[in-house]
Amino acid sequence: MRNAWIIAKRELAGYFVSPVAYVFIVIFLVLMGFFTFMMGGFFERNDASLLSFFVWHPWLYMLLVPAVGMRLWSEEHRMGTLELLFTMPVTPAQAIIGKFLAGWLFLLVALLLTLPMVFTVQYLGEPDIGPILTGYIGSFLMAGAYLAISGLTSACTRNQVISFITALVVCLLLVLAGYPPVTNILLKWGAPSAVVDFAASLSVVFHFESMQRGVLDIRDFIYFFSLIVFAIFTTSVVLKSKRA
Amino acid sequence: MIKAIEVTKSFGATVAVDKVSFEVKPGEVLGFLGPNGAGKSTTMRMITGFLPLSAGKILIGDYDIEEDPINAKRLMGYLPENAPSYPDMSVEAFLHFCAAIRGLSGPQKEQAVEKAIETCHLGKVRRQIIDTLSKGYRHRVCFAQAILHDPPVLILDEPTDGLDPNQKHEMRLLIREMGKSKAIIVSTHILEEVEAICTRVAIIDQGRLVFNGSPAEMLAQSPQAGRVSVNILGPNAVEIRATLQKLPAVTDIQILKELPLWTSVLISSSKKDGLASAVKALLDSQKWDFNELHTETGRLDEVFRRITSLDSAQEVKK
Repeated sequence: MRNAWIIAKRELAGYFVSPVAYVFIVIFLVLMGFFTFMMGGFFERNDASLLSFFVWHPWLYMLLVPAVGMRLWSEEHRMGTLELLFTMPVTPAQAIIGKFLAGWLFLLVALLLTLPMVFTVQYLGEPDIGPILTGYIGSFLMAGAYLAISGLTSACTRNQVISFITALVVCLLLVLAGYPPVTNILLKWGAPSAVVDFAASLSVVFHFESMQRGVLDIRDFIYFFSLIVFAIFTTSVVLKSKRA
Repeated sequence: MIKAIEVTKSFGATVAVDKVSFEVKPGEVLGFLGPNGAGKSTTMRMITGFLPLSAGKILIGDYDIEEDPINAKRLMGYLPENAPSYPDMSVEAFLHFCAAIRGLSGPQKEQAVEKAIETCHLGKVRRQIIDTLSKGYRHRVCFAQAILHDPPVLILDEPTDGLDPNQKHEMRLLIREMGKSKAIIVSTHILEEVEAICTRVAIIDQGRLVFNGSPAEMLAQSPQAGRVSVNILGPNAVEIRATLQKLPAVTDIQILKELPLWTSVLISSSKKDGLASAVKALLDSQKWDFNELHTETGRLDEVFRRITSLDSAQEVKK
């Protein structure tokens, strides 16, 4: 674990010495604000909650998290530092987890910078703090799942553009699986409702929505963590087969 | 310290390294030679645990690189080809990171980093971002990373690549110095380097080990080696040729240059030992004046060309 942490620290420092971190955070916050207030109708709702804020997270992350994850491994490939890292006395698992943690912590920093949103609703009304808290937890877990997937696509290619696009498409599928347009198509095709439910339950939106409403269900945790573990494990397989 | 036993690596159908075996003991510097694409870097990557082996076994100290990679890697310092490092870090931060990963901490870590910075003359650029450094400096940063933890085994893939002549010289001195106690493998294209730093040479061609011996043994394979050249003053070429034929086991006498005052001759013999003194004795007995009598040592590049361009059926010289 110590080694994973050393790698995470190095990686995290790497975000902040380059403009990547600042550009990302500014764009993230501006878009968050724009969608919440302009598209989400924050004021028109006349409701002291952050629903109009959280509802955009699956979509915004889809665009932004792959941008963070795309460089995780393709950059190491390109710079040749992968050879350096994997000839040091660290296990691949330590390296993968370290890099993932760095990205996740970075996303956490970006997410925490949206806290003024919470202060805003608190100033304007008396929101229920429970759903806000669980919403943040859900958002953080979802960011982790997206990041793990982006890390996986990044391990597959040394081309960052390919990594970005692939991660975006996979995340898009995960979002769309639960949306009515998709589930309706399945229903129209005469799919049994069990199948439709299953497809919908694969969607991040399905699991994130209950968290926005203040429900902390162990199944949602299992869902996000199994996505993360699966992607990280597959990353290790891909990295190993690349060297074989 | 380093033991490779029938190491084989194949990528799909192509065999990049084919049953290569060798050993490097502490105090030895093994020069790893071979044409481009012969499998040098692949072999080094297997030794350092970056690439898995297709067959065979590699031992670093007592540890199998495949079965106990962490302990094996602890004993090694590695300078990969092109000397990669994290370009967005400062020299100091990069070395601190590497030291931490190597398990060093506290004053031990500080000391190790300071020593590596001093050894590699990085003091002037220690706070600079690696991306802004020249190629020579970047190379030294990566080399500093390899020697940071004072490992008993060093694997250096083209360590003098991209350095200026002064830095090259210094790097060679450094390798020779460290070679007294460590087991070192150095791959290189520069043959003079082999004579300067290596105690042993391994030549790999098309994935096979085609030579493994000392630089002197390698030189001895040169057709030139053991020939005696001399400038004889006075007699003409015909006379010289006739006289030199009396030498024991002479196979060839070449007149290199014939000038009014002196003649330059190259003598080959199947009996190489003592040829020079035999020539001297003969010339003295003839009371001929001569100068520049010396035994040719052969040239590494010639031997290298010969060994690596031969058919792959060439037997392995142990």
